[in-house]
Amino acid sequence: MPEIIDQIFVLSKHWLLGYVPAGLQPVFSALLSVVPVLIAFPLLFAITTVLERKGLGRMQNRYGPNRTGPFGILQPMADGIKSLTKEDIIPRTADHLVHLLAPLLLVTASFLVYAVLPIGRNMVIANLNAGVLFFFAVGSMVELAVFMAGWSSRSKYSLLGAMRAIAQMISYEMPLVLASVVVIMAAGSLSTVAIVNMQASYTGIWPHWYVFTPWGLTGFVIFLIAATAESNRCPFDLPEGESEIIAGYYIEYSGFKFALFFLGEYLGMFATSAMAITLFLGGWAAPFSFLTWIPSYVWFFTKLLTLILVFIWIRGTLPRLRMDQLMNFAWKFMLPLSLINIFGAGVWHYMPAGLLRWLVVTLLVVVSCISLSRGLRRGKWFHVRTYRFAA
Amino acid sequence: MSPMSGYLLLSALLFSIGLAGALTRRNAILVLIGIELMLNAANLNFIAFWRYGPNPEALTGVMFAIFSISVAAAEAAVGLSIILAVYRHSKTTNLDKMNSMKG
Amino acid sequence: MTISFLLLAAITIAGTAAAMSLRNLVHCVLALTLGLVGLAALYLQLGAQFVGFTQILVYVGAVAILAVFAIMMTRSAEPTEPHGSSSFQLSGALIAGIVFAVLAWAVSSGTKALQVQTLQPEASVNQIGVALMHGFVLPLEVIGLLLTAALIGAGVLAMDETRGAR
Repeated sequence: MPEIIDQIFVLSKHWLLGYVPAGLQPVFSALLSVVPVLIAFPLLFAITTVLERKGLGRMQNRYGPNRTGPFGILQPMADGIKSLTKEDIIPRTADHLVHLLAPLLLVTASFLVYAVLPIGRNMVIANLNAGVLFFFAVGSMVELAVFMAGWSSRSKYSLLGAMRAIAQMISYEMPLVLASVVVIMAAGSLSTVAIVNMQASYTGIWPHWYVFTPWGLTGFVIFLIAATAESNRCPFDLPEGESEIIAGYYIEYSGFKFALFFLGEYLGMFATSAMAITLFLGGWAAPFSFLTWIPSYVWFFTKLLTLILVFIWIRGTLPRLRMDQLMNFAWKFMLPLSLINIFGAGVWHYMPAGLLRWLVVTLLVVVSCISLSRGLRRGKWFHVRTYRFAA
Repeated sequence: MSPMSGYLLLSALLFSIGLAGALTRRNAILVLIGIELMLNAANLNFIAFWRYGPNPEALTGVMFAIFSISVAAAEAAVGLSIILAVYRHSKTTNLDKMNSMKG
Repeated sequence: MTISFLLLAAITIAGTAAAMSLRNLVHCVLALTLGLVGLAALYLQLGAQFVGFTQILVYVGAVAILAVFAIMMTRSAEPTEPHGSSSFQLSGALIAGIVFAVLAWAVSSGTKALQVQTLQPEASVNQIGVALMHGFVLPLEVIGLLLTAALIGAGVLAMDETRGAR
């Protein structure tokens, strides 16, 4: 019975395909795989916006949206209707065609990425041989969309925002890719399905997730930080720093195009989180062997929501970085650490299994982490800050 | 016409477009882009020959394309930074105006 | 000669031709990106998945962005580029046309004798990795050296000399 519930979407797809004439089957098969994803993730976007606003509100000691529907859960509907009915303003000097194409390219690229993410057992749109490479290649199109948006608006603020965003995305793409290289080395495959299958077995009750190794944990943390920067979220949200350049590259967008940018940004965040889950947290695999009766897609979405909550938590906690701090952190800390981490994964592979390799690799990572962070703050001393409240 | 000659003709056309751009345009960045296009046309040839030629299991064409892409990337990076350095001296990217040996 | 090939070829040629003829440099780069994505799709159609994705990653993600940055930093985005003399342009186009004619003649006369493989060959990432680590390990090392040298060289060249000399 658990197997049937686990595979219910796959089975129902095959059942539906049985009623389609043979000539049309490839088309319908693709449609039946793509359409659920196109529905599920925007729905998740709607849930996340209200979750984020409520969560941030609670962290900042206020209520958050609570007027539309019970507890404000209908707020995304109201937002959607508002952005659909708003006037679509295009600046007179703007490059009209590029101005129109930018949000479309952004959303298209963000959706394309989901083709290689395994949502559950046997539930992936395309099991590509070079799946991880596809993910990063299509993800890099987002940078071009951001530039198109910033340049075509013919506004200083949007161009500055776009330049900041691109510089940041390029700098953090390198640690992002290098952090996932360790997993590719361990799994011996670039296919996301094969990577998850490698992690879906157990010793005793414990799973074989890559995050439970020293190099895996380091890679996961680097990946998460780089993913935060890649999706322009706090504390790396200075492309849209409200206090300096108002809203960054999409300042000249309004109405539905603005909503598309918002959607694209959140879809990018979901996609990188889902990739982090796929690479390090075992994808759809259950965390303990006695919990495998729960369907695989439930585990996937549980992990995804947990990571999203972590992102919201970080956003509510940390202040924004400065541009030079951001660049220094990427090039002088993240990049060397991820390279050393790759070396550590190689050492791990060639040492005999046992406590010794745990010790060696952990020591390598910890020592390099400490020395790199000391190098980063050379010559700067941060005193403990004290505050005096007004009497 | 065999399927391969279609790819080869396309590649020849791409090469000519790149050559025409590199010869007629006066902006240094566009000339560089034209050269990139010519390299890409060569890559398409490699892949087409790998697909339709003998001994595809040796992967020579694919390998050559991969190496050629990385060489093109290095070329673009160095070329564009040279253009930046020249621009800083002569305040122009127009190749016709860069006719002085003095910096 | 399938419909998908003709479509992709049309996209590629339209993109690259626009990239070489438009007035505004940013438009040129955007059109070039379209052409190169079309080329990547052609690689995918030929069965070279790895090369196709690498093409997108390198050209869309890196080279196009680099070119755009160079355009922004040299203030050449405004479409004020004075075109060269028309005779100069004509001769350039003529040379390119002659080159194309010669290449097309060589292709059409040369491929008749060639025996064509009809089976779709395979180039999985695994095979490419094995080939890189065995038969092509020396080129790989050389490329690594070249990329490192290019990285350092580009950084040194682009560095502002007045501020760089500390």
